[in-house]
Amino acid sequence: MSATTHESAKDLAIQAIGFNLWYGTFQALYDVNLDIKGGIITSLIGPSGCGKSTFLRSVNRINERLGYVRTNGSITLFGKNILDEDVELSQLRKHVGMVFQRPNPLPISIRDNILYGYRIHNPNANKSEEEGIMEAALRKVLLWDKVKDKLNKKASVGLSLEEMQKLCIARLLPTNPTLLLMDEPCSALDPKGTAAVEELIWELRGEFSILIVTHNMAQARRASDECIFMLMGKVMEHTKTEDLFVNPAKKETADYIEGRYG
Amino acid sequence: MFAATERDFQYKRTEKMFRALFGFMVLILAIPVLMILAILLIKGGPAISMAFIFTDPTNGMTEGGIFPALLGTIWLVVVSMMASVPLGIAAAVYLSEYAPDNWVTRAINLATINLAGVPSIVHALFGVGAFVVFFRFGTSILAASLTLAVMTLPVVIVSSWEALQSVPRAFREACWNMGATRWQTIWNVVLPNSIAGILTGVILQVSRAAGETAPIMFTGAALFLPFLPESVFDQTMALALHLFVVATQVPGVPEQLPYGVALVLIGIVMIMNTLSIWFRMKLRGKKKW
Repeated sequence: MSATTHESAKDLAIQAIGFNLWYGTFQALYDVNLDIKGGIITSLIGPSGCGKSTFLRSVNRINERLGYVRTNGSITLFGKNILDEDVELSQLRKHVGMVFQRPNPLPISIRDNILYGYRIHNPNANKSEEEGIMEAALRKVLLWDKVKDKLNKKASVGLSLEEMQKLCIARLLPTNPTLLLMDEPCSALDPKGTAAVEELIWELRGEFSILIVTHNMAQARRASDECIFMLMGKVMEHTKTEDLFVNPAKKETADYIEGRYG
Repeated sequence: MFAATERDFQYKRTEKMFRALFGFMVLILAIPVLMILAILLIKGGPAISMAFIFTDPTNGMTEGGIFPALLGTIWLVVVSMMASVPLGIAAAVYLSEYAPDNWVTRAINLATINLAGVPSIVHALFGVGAFVVFFRFGTSILAASLTLAVMTLPVVIVSSWEALQSVPRAFREACWNMGATRWQTIWNVVLPNSIAGILTGVILQVSRAAGETAPIMFTGAALFLPFLPESVFDQTMALALHLFVVATQVPGVPEQLPYGVALVLIGIVMIMNTLSIWFRMKLRGKKKW
């Protein structure tokens, strides 16, 4: 590998090379090759079962929790192959945060939720340090004013879905991740909540590299810089979002974005 | 408009018929339970007194109380719990949280479920072979309790496993995704949210051990002992066996005595069950994800 390509690999948030994945005997991903740039929002679209969530869940290796998953090829984050022997999953996940379809705050207090990941990686942090970090995280997701009086209340009750999802984003921030993965982060929310969370994601753009799986084409269109279209476990097209929607290169892409199958 | 047609009446009749049928089945189910309780209370109630509970049997077990047997049952239940509860919960945590989904795990699960169906007399013979003879515990509380523990272990595992599985997977994923290890996830999130269910199931299952006769007959329970057990290496009397003895083995026992023993035995089991149900209601009421 030449020096220049190596350099460029380091700038890429995610680089997948010849990545295949099987669930048992079913192949879910076929020879995925992707160069996903750092510091921008990339959306991943495609019909149900096309492998977009599977790919997302391969990037922090959460898929491996299912015993019957096999992979080959490589996924490189900022130049480091995450499938290497010396990768510690705990450290990987510190750098790669994930937001789920349904907000999943833990059934502990709001404070403990925000600090959960931080405490795992910094078990000896002192109280005032923790308070500062928690406040910063909550401020960043515009939740501080809403929850500052009920930090000791359970996060799983008394918050709206929108607030819970913001909380789930906020709790990733204290470990200073570089990459955020979002699996249909707005699909459980109402239009107002969707708009608020989208706005938040847009705010986080630049500071983090964001890969977002979505079913919502309008969302992909207005809230991402680049867009990847997947179909039947294969990457069909990856380009600037406006180009993909205005000028799709492949017929399948055009069919999908025009709603001919979904 | 909107008036009932002939067909609606027909549907309603069918509806009523099935409701009555299923309600009747519940009644049939409830009758034996209520009758057992009523008969025990009527026939055994007069036998119950402080003296009955706190004195020794006398005169060839035809008079006196049941204290050694009651104490023995408590010994057996407590010692068997000390063995089966930690072991069962640990096994359930492994099966639920660590074990990969493969044929080995499935085989273990299947074996566990099948073990729960093994007749108690078979457990008794296993207990004799394993604990009395092989481990040289002799016929003792320890051997009898461990036999009971082996018998209750599968159900303890299954009920604990179910409690663990009731914790939403999303919580585990949230923790894993923040870099928590499995143990951190189990300790911080899974166990705190399932311990109530685990304990409830465990108490419910273990209370059955109090009523078992076969597994303790050959392994540690005696028909009659003139002294109380002092350690787990002593033999003991036990309520269930005592009931069998006074009901069938000793001539000249007044009728109310075995009924009184049965009432105390069923009382212990019911107290434990009520405790576990109350415990579950109290903790479930608080649970809101």
